[in-house]
Amino acid sequence: MATVTDAGQAAVDAAQAAHTAAFDAAVAADERIEPRDWMPDAYRATLVRQIAQHAHSEIIGMQPEANWITRAPSLRRKAILMAKVQDEAGHGLYLYSAAETLGTSREELLDKLHAGRQKYSSIFNYPTLTWADVGAIGWLVDGAAITNQVPLCRCSYGPYARAMVRICKEESFHQRQGYELLLTLSRGTEAQHAMAQDAVDRWWWPSLMMFGPPDDESSHSAQSMAWKIKRHSNDELRQRFVDICVPQAEALGLTLPDPDLKWNEERGQHDFGAIDWTEFWDVLKGNGPCNEQRISQRRKAHDEGAWVREAAAAHAAKKTARNEQEATA
Amino acid sequence: MSGDWPLWEVFVRSRRGLSHTHAGSLHAPDAELALRNARDLYTRRSEGVSIWVVPSTAITASSPDEKDPFFEPAADKPYRHPTFYEIPDGVKHL
Amino acid sequence: MDTGAALALGDDALVLSHRLAEWAGHAPVLEEEVALANIALDLLGQARILLSMAGDEDELAYLREERAFRNLQLVEQPNGDFAHTIARQLLFSTYQRFLYEALAGDPVFGPLAVKAVKEVAYHQDHAEQWTLRLGDGTEESQGRMQRGLDALWRFTGEMFRPVEGLALNWQKLEERWLASVTAVIERATLRVPGGPRTGAWAAGAGREGLHTESFGRMLAEMQHLHRSHPGASW
Repeated sequence: MATVTDAGQAAVDAAQAAHTAAFDAAVAADERIEPRDWMPDAYRATLVRQIAQHAHSEIIGMQPEANWITRAPSLRRKAILMAKVQDEAGHGLYLYSAAETLGTSREELLDKLHAGRQKYSSIFNYPTLTWADVGAIGWLVDGAAITNQVPLCRCSYGPYARAMVRICKEESFHQRQGYELLLTLSRGTEAQHAMAQDAVDRWWWPSLMMFGPPDDESSHSAQSMAWKIKRHSNDELRQRFVDICVPQAEALGLTLPDPDLKWNEERGQHDFGAIDWTEFWDVLKGNGPCNEQRISQRRKAHDEGAWVREAAAAHAAKKTARNEQEATA
Repeated sequence: MSGDWPLWEVFVRSRRGLSHTHAGSLHAPDAELALRNARDLYTRRSEGVSIWVVPSTAITASSPDEKDPFFEPAADKPYRHPTFYEIPDGVKHL
Repeated sequence: MDTGAALALGDDALVLSHRLAEWAGHAPVLEEEVALANIALDLLGQARILLSMAGDEDELAYLREERAFRNLQLVEQPNGDFAHTIARQLLFSTYQRFLYEALAGDPVFGPLAVKAVKEVAYHQDHAEQWTLRLGDGTEESQGRMQRGLDALWRFTGEMFRPVEGLALNWQKLEERWLASVTAVIERATLRVPGGPRTGAWAAGAGREGLHTESFGRMLAEMQHLHRSHPGASW
């Protein structure tokens, strides 16, 4: 008997090894992994976690900006902001769909978000206090997101990469509208200029934190890089973002709130001050200014929408039953 | 009564003369709303002139495990592809 | 050109767009976030064209007092629950569709009407689809949908008071509207509300600048930032 079991186990092991080898070869050759391909459980779990967090960020991220739709100071700005917040809902949908190809339903992911068991980007736990915050989010937060996302268009998992291609294409206007909004304020009245500077002062550091903890403290990075889910390290992307922002801030006529920020000739990059990681971990743990507010609004919308979703499902069931009755009659 | 809506696959014809291609998926209680949601979601930048929606459960897919036997017959018929044939330089409209 | 008609149509679109935009982040399902925003954006686009026909769009939107707004009281009604919003959409988009269809040949509003009627036809379809699902859905959804219709019915008579500058047959418009709305309501297994569609209280209604309580608060929110920085550009 023992030999049979051993032989069985050996066959399973061999199949597993063959699968793993095929998967590794596909990733090494820069081929895309598709939903029905075999993949290591840990790869699947990492993707679900990352795509879900990304999707949650899109829909929670609607809130701080939607906060200003009803107060947008011109009809042109109002239309732009509405279109942008709408895009975020759309991007959430694309990403939930990508996660669903891995066998996890949107309902399940939303439940986890609502229960606080899955995260969204901590940046959205900061409040939008003035109109200029809409500009700062577009320029800095979307700018950081794009820096993060462009490499994801080449992510090894096909559906995620395709969703990101679509998202990056649509988001190209998001950052530009934010920049243009800040430029108008910066060149406007004294009060408007001050509003713009104040927003940049508040959003700069949290934006740098969006790239995640430093490489030596990042728990998932190495494996994700090996799987080509991630293409560049947190610190690499953060540096790239800082170097892009410095001349953009100058053109805006605004300063970045970091006295240590200066060009390093030797490195060919900017040096910048130390990030307050205590704040990062604290906000991540749920102690940011808006954590509670964001999640309860999300939960409330979901709970108050339950009867609508049920009604539509009930109507569809009735219709199906009626059609079947007609067919048999 | 559950409020979970089924999943639909969306195919969009981006302009006349092209075939429908898979754009993504969405949730909807029934086909009519699936079509409308797809219009709002996948063509809000006028990316399409026609949409198909199909319940995801209605799709039968080939299994990647059978990849080789399923698709190999096509791979060994290179004569189906125009590049199989050598044409003298300078011959046009072929 | 007499700007009264442009203001009436423009304010309808502006105010309803604002109300729909209040749904952002609160919709019952993500797909509806996208759908409601689409409708709100269409309406805002129409409002900007119409207000620009009457003057500077931002001055008109942000610097007029409540009494100078010419929109129907129906469109300023608060969102309520999703059924209430859908009821408002059904009643208004059906009206707006037939109105724009009737204006297709109008020398002033024709070009806008021809373009906008395609958008509005979609808004009407969206409202009908949801009226059917909520009406013939669960007991709860049916109750909510009926309450929405009942509550808003009293604001529908105003829609057919002639607007100066719009040459059309208002009576015919009303007949068409009533027939269409009745058919949808009945198909949705709901009752056509029995209450009056107009009354003495509505004598100086929205089109003449008399609005309902919540409208002032809506405008305060909409206008406060613009008004806090006189003369600034955005």
